[in-house]
Amino acid sequence: MIKPVLLWSDALILLLLWSVVGLVWLARNNEALRGPWRQVMRNPVGAGTALILAVYVGIGLLDSLHYVERLPDQPGREAQYSGEVRSALDWVLTPLRENVEKTYSAPFAIQLYAKETMKGPEGGEIRDFPRLKHGGAHLADADKDFWPDVLLRGGLGMLGGLVLWLVVFPLWQRGSEGDLVAPVVSAKNKSPLTPLLERGGLASAFAWTLLAILLLAGLLVALAPYYHVLGTDKVGQDVLYLSLKSIRTGLLIGSLTTLVMLPFALSLGIAAGYFGGRIDDVIQYLYTTLNSIPGVLLIAAAVLVVQVQIEAHAELFNTAAARSDVRLLALCGILGVTGWTGLARLLRAEALKLRELEFVQAARAFGVGHGRILLRHLLPNVMHLVLITVVLDFSGLVLAEAVLSYVGVGVDPGMISFGNMINGARLELAREPVVWWQLAAAFLFMFVLVLAANLFADQVREALDPKSSGRK
Amino acid sequence: MKAPMKGLLVENLSVEIASGGRLLKPVEGVSFAIGADECVALLGESGCGKSMTALALMRLLPEGARVASGSARLDGEELFALPEAAMGEIRGGRLAMIFQEPQTSLNPVMTVAEQIAEALAAHRKLNGAAAQAEAGRLLEAVGLERDRLGAYPFQLSGGQRQRALIAMMLAGEPEVLIADEPTTALDVTVQAQILNLLRDLQRQRGMGLLLITHDLDVAKDMADRVAVMYAGQIVEWASRDSLYAAPRHPYTEKLFAVLPRLERRGERLDSLPGRVPPPDAVIVGCRFAERCPAVFARCHEEAPGFHEAAPGHFARCHLADPVGRMPQGRSAVDLPPDGRRIAFRASALPTGAVLEVRDLAVHFPIRRGLFRRTVDQFKAVDGVSLSIQAGETLALVGESGCGKSTLARAVLRLLEPTRGEVRVAGEAIAGLSGEALRKKRAEMQIVFQDPFSSLNPRMHVGEILEEGMAALLPLSASQRRARIAQLLDQVGLAHDAIGRYPHEFSGGQRQRIAIARALAVQPKLLILDEPTSALDVSVQAQILNLLADLQAEHGLAYLFITHNLPVVGYLAQRVAVMRAGRIVEEGAAEALLTAPKHEYTRLLLDSAPGRGR
Repeated sequence: MIKPVLLWSDALILLLLWSVVGLVWLARNNEALRGPWRQVMRNPVGAGTALILAVYVGIGLLDSLHYVERLPDQPGREAQYSGEVRSALDWVLTPLRENVEKTYSAPFAIQLYAKETMKGPEGGEIRDFPRLKHGGAHLADADKDFWPDVLLRGGLGMLGGLVLWLVVFPLWQRGSEGDLVAPVVSAKNKSPLTPLLERGGLASAFAWTLLAILLLAGLLVALAPYYHVLGTDKVGQDVLYLSLKSIRTGLLIGSLTTLVMLPFALSLGIAAGYFGGRIDDVIQYLYTTLNSIPGVLLIAAAVLVVQVQIEAHAELFNTAAARSDVRLLALCGILGVTGWTGLARLLRAEALKLRELEFVQAARAFGVGHGRILLRHLLPNVMHLVLITVVLDFSGLVLAEAVLSYVGVGVDPGMISFGNMINGARLELAREPVVWWQLAAAFLFMFVLVLAANLFADQVREALDPKSSGRK
Repeated sequence: MKAPMKGLLVENLSVEIASGGRLLKPVEGVSFAIGADECVALLGESGCGKSMTALALMRLLPEGARVASGSARLDGEELFALPEAAMGEIRGGRLAMIFQEPQTSLNPVMTVAEQIAEALAAHRKLNGAAAQAEAGRLLEAVGLERDRLGAYPFQLSGGQRQRALIAMMLAGEPEVLIADEPTTALDVTVQAQILNLLRDLQRQRGMGLLLITHDLDVAKDMADRVAVMYAGQIVEWASRDSLYAAPRHPYTEKLFAVLPRLERRGERLDSLPGRVPPPDAVIVGCRFAERCPAVFARCHEEAPGFHEAAPGHFARCHLADPVGRMPQGRSAVDLPPDGRRIAFRASALPTGAVLEVRDLAVHFPIRRGLFRRTVDQFKAVDGVSLSIQAGETLALVGESGCGKSTLARAVLRLLEPTRGEVRVAGEAIAGLSGEALRKKRAEMQIVFQDPFSSLNPRMHVGEILEEGMAALLPLSASQRRARIAQLLDQVGLAHDAIGRYPHEFSGGQRQRIAIARALAVQPKLLILDEPTSALDVSVQAQILNLLADLQAEHGLAYLFITHNLPVVGYLAQRVAVMRAGRIVEEGAAEALLTAPKHEYTRLLLDSAPGRGR
């Protein structure tokens, strides 16, 4: 038995999701709004990166469906629920979550990374690398069976992925009437599969990305329950599990902080540039002051205040998850409130330039109000800057979280995040031989996310620019 | 054109740009020669490939562009065959180039002396005191004081900067100097000085000068021989006297015909329909055939050769072909006597003063110090009075910085005047606000100089035209749509323009959109702030015709702000000459332009190019 739990951040995510769905619903019949997005999806890079982002977001959403488990009933007492909040993703990843080793182990290792004193076969005590409790535990003769087992399981998994792709993709494509899928296969990405693809009319960047994702997923599904594909961390948790769990934290910090930051940056930046004079002075004073206070100090203070508040109202935050969740939200808020200055300065400079342009003067000669000029003439002409800055900041924010965790004012140390992963790995880099997989995993997951987001944003910017759409 | 010779000999030069899978040919088969001690003008409208030709000669083509074929020989030395290191010696040395923008062609953080010394060290191995002395001599040669050596570019005026740049380019003692629109960014009086300087230097030093310009008058003043370019080709190549006496190519004839002049007052200007073919167009036959008034069947089938129509006078036109030329060939090109005069002011149109400005002043405070106290006033407009009747054009003439644009903005109440009064249709606009001000705004509108920055790139034409109406006129959405269609008709644009974005239009079309936007609110007064100075002459003629038509039809009053005196003579009934915030002379156009009273007006008139040497 389970009971759903709605954390504050879950509520915000749902709200965000609803508004996005609502906007899409409203815009679905508006050709002017649909056009650019269709152009993005027709572009191979746009379609591929959109799919990758969708996978990330999907994992993040799955990780946002929280619940608590009901403990076994005890006679004469009310139903008791576990204090541990889990998410749908945890449930999916149960084998990964529960296969906890003693401490570090390398990817695909079958032995622990540290020597232990054990009983030898002859009864004497020896120091050696013990076998893992879960990683490769099913192998009778580790030396002989390891490679055949890995290859067999991996091959089967990838075959499964391929079959799934062959089933899912034609169905899906028929459903969408080929609207989104542009037939783009250039000579260079021809593979043995290409004839099949072309005959089936499936050829597109979308298909290739989907294939890659499904193959990877199949591989992981087949191998992860039996091996620690990305190794384990200091307390023996599976690094793959940690990486997947970190996605939600990363996305949340990236998107919520941006949401908090954007209104400040847009309104203050453009207003400062457009109105100039006293308004400009005040806004400049504001962000110069804010910038000159060391950010970490402000954030530390704010997080400590939140910490105190949480403890003062312990009854509101009765689980560890709820506490770390509120702390995460507070972090997003404070990062947003302090992080708007860079973008605002950029927008101010651009607005200063645009204000002198003659189309703004012409609008003023028509007596168009300031609000309308800001909205219709200035805002659309700075959106490309906003888009680029926001996406580039995204990776910066995920990293900022890591740095703040190091200082001890980041997300809750118990919360799984890229920051905490990097932070944990940091100390082990000096170890010989080096423990590299934790850092590598965090790097890989963040790299793919940020690269996909960058490329996608680039396509969106291009599609929204009337000049470039005119070229096509 | 016989090799070998002194100077620069260009033969059959073609430039290709590979762009997104397409092959553009901005320059195709260009040949000309610049003898030592000769000035050749490369004349053409924007986009015809003249700057690309210059860059190809300097081997400074942008990324993706390359010289596809042809040769350029400087004193018999093939430039395109040289290794880059050897070309580096020649570039800025024996072959130098001055650019259009003096603002951006000097490094802002180096003094003039440092920049000249750089060139001296590179090309003449002069260093230290010798370089200093030589730099001083060069500055004096270009008419700057020796003590300007230590100056930074921002301490110099536009004309001084262009002089400093010329001094830099002279440092390598060039045999041929390429000047790419060297005076386009300058005021007319400064332009005259710089052109004089260039001509004197060219003669004193016996160097060749390739003057790239779009201005027929400048070419007439400066050049010994002229090459007229159109769509990447040279269409006419002749000595100046021969060309200006009798142009042999229909395009050149048209260029002369579209020029506004005092003598052409009240006439419609001849216009050149259509557009220059894009550089990726596949053209069979003559490139000018689509727009040519004398076109005949052969023009569409066969590209014309470069025929010698008169001794030393070449034209790329079948009509100039001495063999097989139709006997009446020339007369077909002769322009029909365009006697259509513009009917000014029908009697039913409104009369009376539309704009009265009395003692208007706009002062900007100069603030200094920590507390930004006002220490002085900059008097941009300092006591100006003028008035415009309905259906009348008043030209406001002056050089940059004289306060003309500030005056326009003060009249529109985009700026608050310091003192004085502006009355539009008899009502003072100073105290107005809210509804009354909006009504007044509908009566006066403005068209700006640069059609590329005056339209919001992210709004389509329909939205641009609708904006003013939505703000100022009580019209329903369907009425507004009808009016947009009507406006597009008035300014001669197709109706499908509504859903398109400004960047899809050419400069002239964009200026039409800007005029339509201003007309949308049915103004009585239109302020035209240099509406044609960013346009080619053929497009300028179209816009001037349009403005004249609109005035005749609606009785609009124009305040025409410009520095171009021929346009003033053509269009305006009255002229006011402005200098340093004040009007120094005002009067009827013909009288003022033929017999100026004030010395500044006389200076302006004397500086205007095209009066011969």
